[in-house]
Amino acid sequence: MNRLWIIFAGFMITFTTAWIGLAMLPSAHYRGPEWGAQLGENDLLVEQGRGVFIQNGCVYCHSQQVTARNFRSDQDRGWGARRTVASDYRNDKRGLFGTMRTGPDLANIGSRNSSPQWHYLHLYDPQITSKGSVMPPMRFLFDRHKAGASGSTEALPLGDGDEIVPKPEARALVAYLLSRKHDVGEPPEAFEPPATQ
Amino acid sequence: MNDSRPAQGDPAAIEASRTQRVEIDLSLRGPTMHWLAVALFWLLLGTFEAMLASHKLTTPEFLAGSPWLTFGRIRQAHLESMVYGWLSAASVPVLLWMLARLCRAPLRHGWTLHVSAVLWNVGNLIGGFGIIAGYGTSMEWLEYPPVAAPFLLAGFAIVLWHGVDMLRRRAPGHIYVSQWYLFAALIWFPLLYLTAQTLLFWKPVAAIAQGPVNWWYAHNVLGLWFTPVGLASAYYLIPKVIGRPIHSYYLSAVGFWTLAFFYSWNGMHHLVGGPYPAWLVSTSIAASVMMVVPVVTVAVNHHMTMVGHFSALRWSPTLRFVVFGAMSYTLVSLQGSLTAVRAVQRVVHFTHYTVAHAHLGMYAFATMIMFGSIYYMVPRVIGREWPSARLIRVHFWASAIGITLYFVALTVGGIEQGLNLQNAEMPFLEVVRRTIPYLHLRTFSGILLSIGHFAFAISLVRVLIGKTRPAGEPTLLAVRHPVTA
Repeated sequence: MNRLWIIFAGFMITFTTAWIGLAMLPSAHYRGPEWGAQLGENDLLVEQGRGVFIQNGCVYCHSQQVTARNFRSDQDRGWGARRTVASDYRNDKRGLFGTMRTGPDLANIGSRNSSPQWHYLHLYDPQITSKGSVMPPMRFLFDRHKAGASGSTEALPLGDGDEIVPKPEARALVAYLLSRKHDVGEPPEAFEPPATQ
Repeated sequence: MNDSRPAQGDPAAIEASRTQRVEIDLSLRGPTMHWLAVALFWLLLGTFEAMLASHKLTTPEFLAGSPWLTFGRIRQAHLESMVYGWLSAASVPVLLWMLARLCRAPLRHGWTLHVSAVLWNVGNLIGGFGIIAGYGTSMEWLEYPPVAAPFLLAGFAIVLWHGVDMLRRRAPGHIYVSQWYLFAALIWFPLLYLTAQTLLFWKPVAAIAQGPVNWWYAHNVLGLWFTPVGLASAYYLIPKVIGRPIHSYYLSAVGFWTLAFFYSWNGMHHLVGGPYPAWLVSTSIAASVMMVVPVVTVAVNHHMTMVGHFSALRWSPTLRFVVFGAMSYTLVSLQGSLTAVRAVQRVVHFTHYTVAHAHLGMYAFATMIMFGSIYYMVPRVIGREWPSARLIRVHFWASAIGITLYFVALTVGGIEQGLNLQNAEMPFLEVVRRTIPYLHLRTFSGILLSIGHFAFAISLVRVLIGKTRPAGEPTLLAVRHPVTA
C-alpha cells in the first residue's frame, strides 16, 4: 500500500466507531437533570470526604460496586442487600467503581457499619479493629494527645493513656464512608438475574 | 521496505544509501539524547515508587506517618511515572527515529523537539508532584491532576507535527507496515488523551458514564499507543538485525487492520459485573476474544521471519529484548482474550491477577521492546557505543527473570485470591492474609527489575555523558557468527 490517506481514513474510521460506541454513547445515555449530583447543604462534608478518599487513592484497594449473585459472592459476604445499578450513582460526582479488592467493597459501608467511632479507630490504625489488615494507617488524619488533654467531644481513647482527635479531613472522610448506602431504595428486580445459574 | 538495501552490485548506490541513513540518524541526535534522559529519570523514579508501594502492601507501618507517602498516592505516582514518564518518553524518540528512516526524511527544526521534551517533562513533574501532594484524581491511568494535561498535550503536539512532516516528505513508493503503526499511534494517542481529559475532568460526564470512558481510555492507551509503537519496532528491528525481509506483507496488513478494528472496542472488559448496560460489556468481551486474530497473525509473521535465525539471539542485545517482547505480546494478548470471558472474570476480577496481566503488557511486552529498540538506536543516532556487554547481559536477565517471577507470583496469587473471595465462608482478612506470600515474592521480583534498570541506567548515562568509545565495533553479547540461512 502506498497511499497514506487510505491508511489514515481507515484507522480513523475504526477509531471513531469505537469512540462513539464506548465513550460517547454511554456519556450521552446518562445525561440530563436526573444524572447531576443533587447536593443538599448537609452533603458538603460528604463532598469533602470524597475528596479525601480520592486524594489518598482509597479506590486502588476498595471497589464500590456490588455484583449480581450469579457473578460473585459479594452479597453472601454481606457487602450489600442487592447488586448496584446505574441509578445508584446518580448523586456521585466521580466514578469510583474500582477494579481491585485488596480491601472489602465499600458500596454500602454506611449501611454495614454506621459507627463513626469504629471508622475513626480503623483509619487511625487498622490493626485495632481488623488485626492482620494490610491497609496503611491514616494517622496523619488525626491529632494525638494525652487522654483528656484535648477536651474534644470527639476524642477517642486509645487504651494506652492517649486519645486521638479526628482532624477535619478525617471527619469528612468518615461522613463520606457513612454516606455509602447504595443498596437503599427499590431493589431493581429487573437487573438481578435469578440466584441460581 | 523503504529502507531496504539497493540492488547488490551497485557500490555507488549502496554508499549513497548509507550516507543518507547516517545523515538521518545524526539529525535526531540531540533530541534523542534529551528524550532518553527524561525517560531514564522517570524509569528510575517509577521503579523507586514501585518498590515503596510494594513494600508498603506487606508492611503497612513502613513510612506510614506521612500523607505524602501513603500507599494510595505512591501507587498512583508509580503508574503515571511509568505510563507517561518512562514508556511514552522512551517511545517518542524511537518512533521518530524509525519514521525518519522509513520515510528517508531527516529531522528538521530539531530544536522544537527539545521544547517538546521540556514540556513533557514539566507535565510529568507537575503531575507526579501533584499526586504526592494530594491532587491525584484516582482515575486509573489518568491520575495526574488535570493541570498537567496541557503540558503533555502541547509536548505531544510537537511530536505529532514532526511525524506528519516526515510522512509528507517520505520517499516515494511503498509504505512499510511500521509506518502505518507509527502514523496511527501518533494520531490515536492525543485523541484518546484529549477525549478522556475532556469527558472526565473538563466537562465531566455523569459518574456512571465515567467508568466506560475511563476504561475505554486506559485500555486503548496500551492498545492504540504503546502496542503500535512496540509492534512497529518489532516489524522494523527483527528484519534489520537478522538481515531478511518480513515473512508476509499480507499478514502484516491483516494484523494491522484487525488490531485497529478490534482493539479499540476492548476496554469494557474491565467493567464485567459492574452496574453498566449488558451490551456495553458484552461488546468488549466479543472484541477481546477477536483480538486472537491480529495477535496470531503478528506472531506467525514474526516467527516465520525469525525461523532459521534464532542463533542471532546469542549475540544481538536488540534481538533478545525485542523477541522477548514480541513473544510476551502474543502471551499477554491471548491471556487477555481468555481473561475477558465472564467465566474467567468471575474468579480473577478485582484481584492481583489483573495487576500481573497489566505488567505483562506494559513491561514484558512494551518496555522490553523499547529497551531493545534503544540498544539498537543509540549507537547509530548518538554515535557512541554501549560501554559494556556485561551490563547489557545483567539488564536482560534481571529484567527477564524479574518480570517472569512477577507475573507468575501475582497470577497464581490472584487466582487463589479470587477463589478465596468467591468462598463467602472465608473471612475477608483470611483472604488478605493468604495473598501476603505472593506480595513478598512481588517485592523480590521488583528487586531484580531494579537491578536491571540500574544496569541500563549506568550504560545509558555513560553513553549520554560520553564516557564510552565512539560507535564502530558494536557491543555484542557473544561472537557473531555469519548468518547461514
